[in-house]
Amino acid sequence: MTMVLEVDNLAKAFTPGFIPKKREILKGISFSVAAGEIFGYLGPNGAGKTTTLKCILGLIFPDRGKIEIFGHPHLSMKGREQLGYLPENPYFYDYLTGAEFLDFYARLFGLKKRDKEDKIAGLLRLVGMEKACDLQLRKFSRGMLQRIGLAQALINDPTLLFLDEPLGGLDPLGRKELRDIIVRLKQEGKTIFLCSHILQDIEMICDRVAIIVGGRVISQGSLRDLISEKVLYTEITLSGIDPALLADLGEPVSTHDDRILLKVFQEDNIGNLMALVHEKKGKIHSLIPRTETLEDIFVEMVKQG
Amino acid sequence: MKIKVIALNTFKEAIRDRILYLLFFFAAVALVFSRVLAVLTVGDRVKIIKDVGLASISLFGVLMAIMIGTGLVYKEIDKKTIYTLLSKPIQRWQFLLGKFFGLVLTLFIMTLAMSLIFLVIVLLHTGRLESRMLLAILFIFIELILITAVAILFSCFSTPILSSIFSLSFYLIGHLSWGLETLIQKTRPGTSRIVLRGLSAVLPDLENFNFKTEIVHGLAIDPRFYLYSAVYGLVYTLFILTLAVLIFKKRDFV
Repeated sequence: MTMVLEVDNLAKAFTPGFIPKKREILKGISFSVAAGEIFGYLGPNGAGKTTTLKCILGLIFPDRGKIEIFGHPHLSMKGREQLGYLPENPYFYDYLTGAEFLDFYARLFGLKKRDKEDKIAGLLRLVGMEKACDLQLRKFSRGMLQRIGLAQALINDPTLLFLDEPLGGLDPLGRKELRDIIVRLKQEGKTIFLCSHILQDIEMICDRVAIIVGGRVISQGSLRDLISEKVLYTEITLSGIDPALLADLGEPVSTHDDRILLKVFQEDNIGNLMALVHEKKGKIHSLIPRTETLEDIFVEMVKQG
Repeated sequence: MKIKVIALNTFKEAIRDRILYLLFFFAAVALVFSRVLAVLTVGDRVKIIKDVGLASISLFGVLMAIMIGTGLVYKEIDKKTIYTLLSKPIQRWQFLLGKFFGLVLTLFIMTLAMSLIFLVIVLLHTGRLESRMLLAILFIFIELILITAVAILFSCFSTPILSSIFSLSFYLIGHLSWGLETLIQKTRPGTSRIVLRGLSAVLPDLENFNFKTEIVHGLAIDPRFYLYSAVYGLVYTLFILTLAVLIFKKRDFV
């Protein structure tokens, strides 16, 4: 497995205001990202996610530690030519139109005129923004900025893509579309480093994750290793049964009209419940086994951390 | 190449800024007003038109350089647009020079436009054009380049309001520092004279770029003085830009 990004013992402290007391944000972060994977970087607010990202991108200078991108020191131009970055809240030049905006970044990478036009048209199509190419960015909605921001990050056809909260501020449809784009980019062979709070999305698309709490990576590994497949409990929705009869079988969560949502923890009880429903001529509307989610693990780790 | 791309984008940013047109409007009003002022004056009317005209170009040029220059870098940091830009393979000095040249280009266009109005007014009044007038404008422009560098330097580490105050102070000190020479002449040799000498060496002397009086009144100027002023402007600008790059290179963008 080739590593495209290696971060070793990264530390950074800030001195807020005039008081000469340092506040440690990163306390020795180490992780590595392999070529071709989607790597999720998770953590609660203020854990140091964006600070890590800014260190990697050369926007702030770490106090100690080593960062290598494609085997080059992170500040070297060679490594940075193959990077793409979409910041958390996309702030861009709002006096430019969509097309001018992408044209600016394309020229920074020295793209030739013909390639540039094809590239910009292709990217606008990819992110579904063909119609907005003549509109000034100040008139864009949050979702549109996110999309044009992604197009900007892809202008140099990067091998390693950093996305900071790419799904924030998008409607459900937009989130699905963006998730599909991210998966497609992975299929094209790109490596994606994803910071996100939306754990369901991370769970759906990430190969490996690192969880950072209080400036330290407290867990990292493949999602499959982190999340057990074991069934935690089964959620059953049923009707036509007297709630008093269910007390021994599971924990009732809610009752709506005649319908009861029940959490059943022991597998034997599922059989007993089915028998009961059959006997009383009731009805089962749904039966969903719940396994551990990334959210469960995340909440537990943050509490421990 | 990268500097050029950033410079052109900065130019685009500056010419889409409303404050530029507001200042240009007032500059145009001041230039036209010089003609009115001449009517009200007893004596050489042409001199009044030239004097007020050149002073207006200089003053509004400086205001443009300071008002836009002090916001240029700060805005990039404040609006966080710098994040995406510096994550690309761009060195920080390239970014800063791009900003500088972008504003210099804007000021060039604006000075050109103001000069055109000025020269048309002079032409309508006198019926002829003097090439020396262009020379006075050229040195005003060299001064504007230096002020731009100063505005960008302050913009690297402080807010636009503070930077404007600092830059304006630099401009005022620069135009008053020649008074130190007189003070030095009148001070007895000793420590205080040495201190004053040191101060006069460090402080900018922007009167080096002021040929308005000589040119308006048709006085002769030693060509060597032109050369000295041009070199002075270039060296001072380079010094300020180097300082700006050194500060900007070390900055964390939190």
